[in-house]
Amino acid sequence: MRDIAEIRADFPILNRKVYDKPLVYFDNGATTQKPQCVIDAVDEVYKSYNGNIHRGVHYLSDMSSEAYENSREKVRSFVNADKREEIIFTSGTTGSINGIAFSFGEQYIKPGDEIILSRLEHHANIVPWQMMCERKGAVLRVIPINDRGEIILEEYYKLLSSRTKIVSVTQASNALGTVLPLIEIIGAAHSVNVPVLIDGAQGIQHGIIDVKALDCDFYAFSGHKIYGPTGIGVLYGKEKWLTELDPFQGGGDMVDKVTFEKTTYNELPFKFEAGTMNYPAAIGLASALDYVLSIGRENIESMEKELLSYATGRLSAIKGVKIFGTSDKKISTISFHINGIHQYDTGMILDKMGIAVRTGTHCAQPVMDRYGIDGTVRASLCFYNTKKEIDSLAEGIEKVKSMFA
Amino acid sequence: MSITEVQDNIVEEFSLFDDWMDKYNLLIDLGKELPVIDPKFKVKDFLIEGCQSKVWLHPGFDGNLITFTADSDAIITRGIVALLIKVLSNRSPDEIINSDLYFIDKIGLRQNLSPTRSNGLLSMVRQMKLYAIAYNAKNK
Repeated sequence: MRDIAEIRADFPILNRKVYDKPLVYFDNGATTQKPQCVIDAVDEVYKSYNGNIHRGVHYLSDMSSEAYENSREKVRSFVNADKREEIIFTSGTTGSINGIAFSFGEQYIKPGDEIILSRLEHHANIVPWQMMCERKGAVLRVIPINDRGEIILEEYYKLLSSRTKIVSVTQASNALGTVLPLIEIIGAAHSVNVPVLIDGAQGIQHGIIDVKALDCDFYAFSGHKIYGPTGIGVLYGKEKWLTELDPFQGGGDMVDKVTFEKTTYNELPFKFEAGTMNYPAAIGLASALDYVLSIGRENIESMEKELLSYATGRLSAIKGVKIFGTSDKKISTISFHINGIHQYDTGMILDKMGIAVRTGTHCAQPVMDRYGIDGTVRASLCFYNTKKEIDSLAEGIEKVKSMFA
Repeated sequence: MSITEVQDNIVEEFSLFDDWMDKYNLLIDLGKELPVIDPKFKVKDFLIEGCQSKVWLHPGFDGNLITFTADSDAIITRGIVALLIKVLSNRSPDEIINSDLYFIDKIGLRQNLSPTRSNGLLSMVRQMKLYAIAYNAKNK
């Protein structure tokens, strides 16, 4: 495996200073930094072969289209989907979930039907379903969590009923880091013929994802959370569903034949890709996935596990620090609070020490409500972070404590 | 002192410090001097909610000048609130409406007032001006 200094050198931004201090980037849950190869891949599109995809007969359009379709194949193999037709490019996880909530809702949901989510969801996996429920007169049911921040499976099994039409849960909590028991969730839903969507925004970058082994019906993720460009996301859907579902957007390229009387749709995957897609970002995403594979997903998992355990140890040893989310199964995200000190104050001072964390509710207000708090400080780590940076965070917390004592 | 003079004083006070930590220590101290809002006004009607921190702001009007009291759940925010009150409290509605708050920018705290920061401070300035407009209308 490559040495950490070498890995960090792949990410130009990690070398910069903020307020004259070396940057400690612990906001990877919000967005990850990009390796040079991703920056170069996007740059190369615009410099050498930019042309709109699937439209032109000319050389550049052909090159762009080919690179774009190669990216689709790369994503397919990365998540181990059966067919390239099952990989739809979107604007991001939010775009993917909104799309399915809309199309699925319009086609299958009737008044009184139920949609099951968990208490750990990001607003992106709550609001689209809520909007759909309001339109269709359906009801959201929520799997509760325990004090450790884990969903209570027995409660989930009780929620499943003949009224349940779809289950949509996150792979890992963005606010607490908890990894959900997807196999159990999907298995139980399938035993009553209910499809499952997995929000992979906080999962895809932390280990191996195999949609076939999981047997999920839909899987959504964002490029920018896995070292790729912003503005590109993926919606995986089983071919059976994607064939059955109507498109969530209309426009160019997604059509077969258009008359003012009726339009017939293009075949998969194009049926779901209306308008000009963000092909440079899709091409950049492919480069990011290649990069992740070159580091090795098992390696990433073990590096992050070690960082999580070190950070948990360091932070919980500090008097007055309380960690929220204490499951054994976590991604490398630590949400905490310093006794008597507002998270905003903590975040502002850490920022001036060059340490980037997120503060607030992390777009997961129901999680905060569960603990009766109005926010936390979140350090979300990834494989390019170091123990030395965790030491800086610990020192930063001591400094914050001394300033606000 | 005019609004401009108070602002210039604040700018001068902050210019003594180069280090960010010293500036923030000053803010923390200023927060302690804030004319604290009567607990009975720390209710929803006077709450300016941001995504990061909360601010409560209460106006008083004697027919001539507006007096503000306030509080925040975050200490740094309370410090900035204290500065805003220093500048805008005990002023006539017209003075408040026509004020140009440049000191925030000059002391390097602009990020605290950006619309994306959503710590309630920008809404607080807007709310102070709205109170001034309301009292002005009442007076006429």
